[in-house]
Amino acid sequence: MALKGRDIVSIRDLSTDEISEILDHARKMIPVAEGKKPSDALEGRVVATAFFEPSTRTRLSFEAAVQRLGGRCLTIADIGVTSMRKGESLYDTVRMLSSYSDAIVLRHPNEGAARLAADASDRPVINAGDGANQHPTQALLDLMAMQEAFGTLSGLKVVLLGDLKYGRTVHSLSLALAQFGSEMILSAPKALALPEDLRGELDALGAKISEEPELKRAVRDADVVYVTRIQKERFPDEGEYRSVAGSYRVDASVLEGAKPQLIVLHPLPRAGEVDPEIDRTPHAAYFRQAFLAVPVRMALLSSILPPGSGG
Amino acid sequence: MVRELRITPIRNGTVIDHITNGLALDVLRIIGVRDLDKDSTVSIALHVRSGKIGWKDIVKVENMELSPRKVNAIALITPSATISIIRDHQVREKRSVDLPEHVTGVVRCPNINCISNQGEPIESDFRVVRRRPVVLRCTYCDRQVTDFLKHLA
Repeated sequence: MALKGRDIVSIRDLSTDEISEILDHARKMIPVAEGKKPSDALEGRVVATAFFEPSTRTRLSFEAAVQRLGGRCLTIADIGVTSMRKGESLYDTVRMLSSYSDAIVLRHPNEGAARLAADASDRPVINAGDGANQHPTQALLDLMAMQEAFGTLSGLKVVLLGDLKYGRTVHSLSLALAQFGSEMILSAPKALALPEDLRGELDALGAKISEEPELKRAVRDADVVYVTRIQKERFPDEGEYRSVAGSYRVDASVLEGAKPQLIVLHPLPRAGEVDPEIDRTPHAAYFRQAFLAVPVRMALLSSILPPGSGG
Repeated sequence: MVRELRITPIRNGTVIDHITNGLALDVLRIIGVRDLDKDSTVSIALHVRSGKIGWKDIVKVENMELSPRKVNAIALITPSATISIIRDHQVREKRSVDLPEHVTGVVRCPNINCISNQGEPIESDFRVVRRRPVVLRCTYCDRQVTDFLKHLA
């Protein structure tokens, strides 16, 4: 398999064919993720999950994926218990982790941390979020949720709503959607618009993109509304955050007149952007999306560390 | 009688010619004239007529040859520049500056949250994604940079 031993730092590291291959593989992993079928695909493997930023779903779904496949995890979930507290560099920490494990899953608050880790490590590194930059495995499971609902990715109309500036999941997802020929409608407060250089890159890829700040109008012909939380922790100051806080919310009135098959996705956690009343409608797909994290990460890990590929 | 002060030829050193008009002082910043031998003469000619690029600047530095890293930095800000190495009053080597595919340790990433700005034991590194005009992309955080002068390391 072409992914054997590879680093996954950015969604740019994966071709359209490779993404499709991972999604196909992930579909076959669903019964394993549900605990209905056993697998020993990662038996004898140790995967380090090093999270230097808070996480619920990403870390737990990676660890569930490893354990369902018969592997074991070495976990750092609190920087306070590591030597980084004593001033150890990330570079040295990763060098050490790569000598204790077969692969490293890294989340870090600084953009570019995963690329540095990939340079430092002689084992594959998977980026589980680097600051406001990239979150490629989230993009994979976002794509899987869309593909599961519509059977295809090409030609879908996807509204990207909310914090497009600091939201790393949108940065990865938009590049992937461009590859698959989906149409994107950007709906964000001006202060939270997609970074200019990413927008330029998407345009250069020939992505079909429009902007519609008025949410109800953006949603009208859409197949998917991808909602993001305002990334409060990445704002340089509280005042800037307050100026945009609570500026959008998806509730029943927003979805009035939307297509019946429209799905609402959210990488979670949510902080008021999706009204809980949506949970009880057929539009709500975000909990299914959160589940799909496990089979997608199983597919990725077992492709990067195929059986018999050595320690 | 009017005495004209001209730039005297140098015995050993480097001549950087065809610098984009107005950028000679930035080239000096890259060269790091403060680190030079105290007996070295540095000559600058500003706004000189050039058949090739209209108007140009010229910098001559005695007793110094440029490291590849400094040549890369000059290539970033003035890709039209040429560099001549002078030994015993003779031009021993003359070449245009050439921008490589990666520029390492020359430019600081403008993203303060980039891992390359956090005191890690690494050098800044950028891929050249466009040559005319030059656009760099940080190898670590993917941020694009076009205003190199503000971010020279």
